[in-house]
Amino acid sequence: MSKAIFTKTKMLTDTPTHYCPGCAHGIVHRLIAESIEELGLSHKTVGVAPVGCAVFAYRYFNCDMQLACHGRAPAVATGVKRSRPDTLVFTYQGDGDLASIGNAEINSAAARGEKICVFLINNAIYGMTGGQMAPTTLIGQISTTSPNGRNPEVNGYPMRVSEMLATHEGAYYVERVAVNNTRNILGAKKAIKKAFEYQQNGHGLNFIEVLSTCPTNWGVSATEAMTWMEENMLPYYQLGVKKDKEARQ
Amino acid sequence: MARMLMKGNEAIAEAAIAAGCRYFFGYPITPQSEIPEYLSKRLPEVGGVYLQAESEVAAINMVFGAAGAGVRVMTSSSSPGISLKQEGISSIACAETPAVVVNMMRGGPGIGSIQASQNDYFQAVKGGGHGDYHNLVYAPASIQEACDLMAKAFDRADYYRVLCMVLGDGMLGQMMEPVEIKPVKIAEYDKSWATTGWDGVSRPRAVINTLYITVDELNELCGRLQAKYKIIERDEVLFEEFHLDDAEYVVVAYGTVARIVKNAIENLRAQGIKVGLFRPITLWPFPMLPLENIAGQARVKRFAAVEMSAGQLVQDVRLAVNGKKPVELQSFLGSNVPGPGDIAEFIRGLKTA
Ligand SMILES: Cc1ncc(C[n+]2csc(CCOP(=O)(O)OP(=O)(O)O)c2C)c(N)n1
Ligand code: SF4
Repeated sequence: MSKAIFTKTKMLTDTPTHYCPGCAHGIVHRLIAESIEELGLSHKTVGVAPVGCAVFAYRYFNCDMQLACHGRAPAVATGVKRSRPDTLVFTYQGDGDLASIGNAEINSAAARGEKICVFLINNAIYGMTGGQMAPTTLIGQISTTSPNGRNPEVNGYPMRVSEMLATHEGAYYVERVAVNNTRNILGAKKAIKKAFEYQQNGHGLNFIEVLSTCPTNWGVSATEAMTWMEENMLPYYQLGVKKDKEARQ
Repeated sequence: MARMLMKGNEAIAEAAIAAGCRYFFGYPITPQSEIPEYLSKRLPEVGGVYLQAESEVAAINMVFGAAGAGVRVMTSSSSPGISLKQEGISSIACAETPAVVVNMMRGGPGIGSIQASQNDYFQAVKGGGHGDYHNLVYAPASIQEACDLMAKAFDRADYYRVLCMVLGDGMLGQMMEPVEIKPVKIAEYDKSWATTGWDGVSRPRAVINTLYITVDELNELCGRLQAKYKIIERDEVLFEEFHLDDAEYVVVAYGTVARIVKNAIENLRAQGIKVGLFRPITLWPFPMLPLENIAGQARVKRFAAVEMSAGQLVQDVRLAVNGKKPVELQSFLGSNVPGPGDIAEFIRGLKTA
């Protein structure tokens, strides 16, 4: 008799995703979904989807979901968690959503120590709207609104969100991970799971930044995308734990 | 609760608690700050949550989240803050999550004044945010009525799954009056649509959504919303008539201005001028038919809209009167609160016009 050695997590629906080939949004979905299922917390989870390529996340995560306005996911999540403290609440946000239009909401949620998990999917560009410059777009990186490459004289410098949020006393756990290879994917899963465990134990804010890909708007092939991330993003956005209040104790 | 002397903002806050509201997300702004101040003390006493948001944008999105989770929730602000809330108000209308918003209007545009005004009429009743939607808008004229309407607002919000706005002004918020916060019989509504965590069996998965990416999907949503609004227009209209039985001149005014108009009418009646007041209590739905019927009566000669704005209310009055009688406008601009004498003089002028 054959034995199943892999089954898809029940925390993802069977709806086919709309993500481009080589896009890492799907990997991150799976890591989050598996973590929740493995912790046995599916029944109490409420996820908040962003405006961005992950806008349809509410179709993919097989739990109660809300869709927030552009950047407001931490505020919506705050409303859910404060009114239903027994739920496990997470937001899933792109870098434009979180670091640009939603900068006030995430910083204030972190400062308040909201007992939620926030996942930032940093692909250094606005994916959904067709490749415009994001606050995380790298110096020299070409986008449709920085056609000659991001120029710091005009556009300033790419924002290191994890480092910024770690400065808040209210931030409980902040880590930057990447999903460019198996080792890092396993590390990302560990971080995501830890973030949920911390929330479950009454702690927050728990923030995981995942370095991701956007081959479509970077203008590279699906297979080249991981290499592009390694060569361009990893040197500027250093991986690692930026803050872990539990580890410090 | 016995009759007590209370400030408008505080009475409204206490009335919200009586109506079962346990969650408030807000941001300070004059002339409504006593609402968040009062609730920051009272809500924890009744097992609720008060949270000061980083902005009005965040506050309304917190309200959106909590409303999606199925609890009774509100926010309050004043004009500039209500402008910032429009993103969330449009979303709440779209996602059909019940919520209550209080606007204690102050003078604009811009940062404007901190004194009373009615200049957000259009914003409240004609949209405010983007998209084809309506809020149910209540316009109390006294603190007692404001408290009673808070209970109604929470109930109707749950019943229709709409946003109810209580539209007051700086005067109503700041003045003191004797008021009784009546006990409210809170009706239970099915909220199986709310995001409370899903066990996979007892109900469908809850999704609070505002994205309708295909034309067909959005068309269907808009059709459903409009059908709901038609029912609200039919069933929820509220208004007050004052000395209209024999009136030749009909003043239309709402909120605190309507109270001042009443004083003017008493004085004019003593002088033998047959004038009455029609006071819309719901601004949306606007009492179109009742007003049209009055316009159709032969003895009625003229209408006058009296408002602390530059001709906003008068547009709905003209729509309702529909050309049957002349409709004049008396505008008080820039937070300039009229006295009964100003209004009486204007109405006497109508008679000779
Ligand atoms: C208020 C508002 N402003 C702008 C937009 C348009 N918009 C949609 S997605 C997006 C950027 C998304 O980029 P990001 O958050 O980086 O996510 P990604 O698509 O790359 O995953 C923008 C600007 C919008 N929907 N709403
Ligand atoms: S546009 Fe970019 S971020 Fe969006 S799905 Fe495609 S690859 Fe992913």
